[in-house]
Amino acid sequence: MNRAKRAKLINTCMTVVFYAIALASFLLLLGFAAYVIVGGLLGAKPEMFGFKRMHTMGNQLFNTIYLVFMSLVFSVPLGVAAGIYLSMYAKKGIMTRFLRICIETLSSLPSIVVGLFGYLVFLLVLGFNKSLFVGALSVSILTLPLITTTTEDAIKGLPETYFHASMGLGSTKWQSIFHVLVPACIPRIMTGVILAAGRGFGEAAALLYTTGSGTDIRWNNWDISSPTSPLNLFRPAETLSLQIWDLQTNGNDRALANLSSAILLLLVLVFSIGANILSHRIKKKHAGE
Amino acid sequence: MNTSNRKMFAKEYFWRGLMTVCGFFVISLTILIGAFLVYKGSATFLVYHHSVFEFLFSDAWAPVDSKTGGGKVGALIFIVGSLCTCALAIIISAPFSVGAAIFMTEIQEKFGQRFFRPVVEIFAGIPSVVYGWIGLTVLLPFIKDIFHRQVGHSVLAAGIVLAVMIFPTITSVSSDAILAVSKDCRMAAYGLGSTRWQTTYKIVLPAAGPGIFSGIILGLARAFGEALAVAMVIGQTTALPSSLFSTTKTLTTQIAAVMGNSSEGGETKSALWSMALILFLLSLFFIFLINYFTKKNMEKMSGTVSGKSKGRKRI
Repeated sequence: MNRAKRAKLINTCMTVVFYAIALASFLLLLGFAAYVIVGGLLGAKPEMFGFKRMHTMGNQLFNTIYLVFMSLVFSVPLGVAAGIYLSMYAKKGIMTRFLRICIETLSSLPSIVVGLFGYLVFLLVLGFNKSLFVGALSVSILTLPLITTTTEDAIKGLPETYFHASMGLGSTKWQSIFHVLVPACIPRIMTGVILAAGRGFGEAAALLYTTGSGTDIRWNNWDISSPTSPLNLFRPAETLSLQIWDLQTNGNDRALANLSSAILLLLVLVFSIGANILSHRIKKKHAGE
Repeated sequence: MNTSNRKMFAKEYFWRGLMTVCGFFVISLTILIGAFLVYKGSATFLVYHHSVFEFLFSDAWAPVDSKTGGGKVGALIFIVGSLCTCALAIIISAPFSVGAAIFMTEIQEKFGQRFFRPVVEIFAGIPSVVYGWIGLTVLLPFIKDIFHRQVGHSVLAAGIVLAVMIFPTITSVSSDAILAVSKDCRMAAYGLGSTRWQTTYKIVLPAAGPGIFSGIILGLARAFGEALAVAMVIGQTTALPSSLFSTTKTLTTQIAAVMGNSSEGGETKSALWSMALILFLLSLFFIFLINYFTKKNMEKMSGTVSGKSKGRKRI
């Protein structure tokens, strides 16, 4: 067999190997998602969807969404502002490099370390109780770097003519940023926010020592200061992911944990697919320009 | 200068100041986290007088849960546990991820970029507890039956769960790196008569090497920091792992399990803070590694496609 033939044979073999690898991993991922969602929903009893104190997941679902919403309330303004600073105001040099290292560090911190930090600062130093509020702050530390970097990338990705045109019309720098650059970036920032929300939904380790387990909500109690009111920020609030963890450690309600996994996965999938579609649209729009 | 102009400038400086404050807040937050961890984590060595050597290289874990101290705080078991599970995860995951990345960039680009890549990226966001839960309910019985073990909890199970978890991260970063290799390089290789595999193996992979490595390190960082998914499948026994099937603990699972039940300021808690400090230092280390590889990558890329590279030119 001569060299060319052998090279061709090896080439064919490797192509088959790569097809196999890709197919196997693709099927594994799809099978995983299908198993979790279908298995979880099929094994569920109708009463599990309720909002009772025990053996349901409605309250946890509400807590999850509420907590992520609150964390975004903290992290979005801060992250967007930091992104604007980084892309428009910060002088190139040691400062920006240092800030970037800080953001990278924040984004790669293990979530349990962030949880411990939240526990230390808010519970031990500031004296809060384990509550939804503290959990939301911890999650916002986790989502902050993502929002900052998306904002920075979005602003830097705009054509420079936007800024120049606006400055040429006599606006100040802040006016250009606020009235021209940021509005043009909103779709991309939204994508980042949706991704951040997706990350927040699944967070468990950071909440382990900050929100506490168990949740006690009375749905007819709308007095915001009462510890059983759904809207009260300063009550313990178990989220879906914490519920799965709790059921694993000291429960035997497998079907409920399966259902919680399925709902959590659906929630995350809906958000990431939403972000994907949004960014796809943006790409299309930009391609048309 | 009239008042409206002055107002405008006041506004200008106000917002500029606010943005700057937010930027600095991010810096101070990171420093604060580091400082708190150093402060709390150093108590093991400064207050309870254990040596760093004992902490890192002794497997005797028997801290006293009070302020009297005098116990043993060897964290070797957890360090080794973390290292084993993460190494296993990388060994399992890296070939698959790089293979999938090559498939979606070199072999089936259309299908790869349209379907495969978005699906993989969506999976990067799946909550780790879900991976852990499926590992617990599906993988553990499977391992138990196949290998005839009494329990399925093992280093192997943790490695597999982590491998599935970091697969999307490594795949998407390495496919970015492979895509960034310029088309000219490939065309040149094809023009010289190479097959696709030869082009991939001899041209594309070496050029994308640093990028692929940073993907693997990102995956490693994620695997190191994972707590709950690992805790569900590793069996939580305080002993050094002796085989793939032994149960053990990792840094993160030990923190997650013991932090809540230990008393404030006690020796146990200090040791746990020291472990958190290790995690923090490790993630710093990973970042420096990634930066190193990215820099190397930039140099490589600007060397091969100097004219077309978007990066700033150095004089």
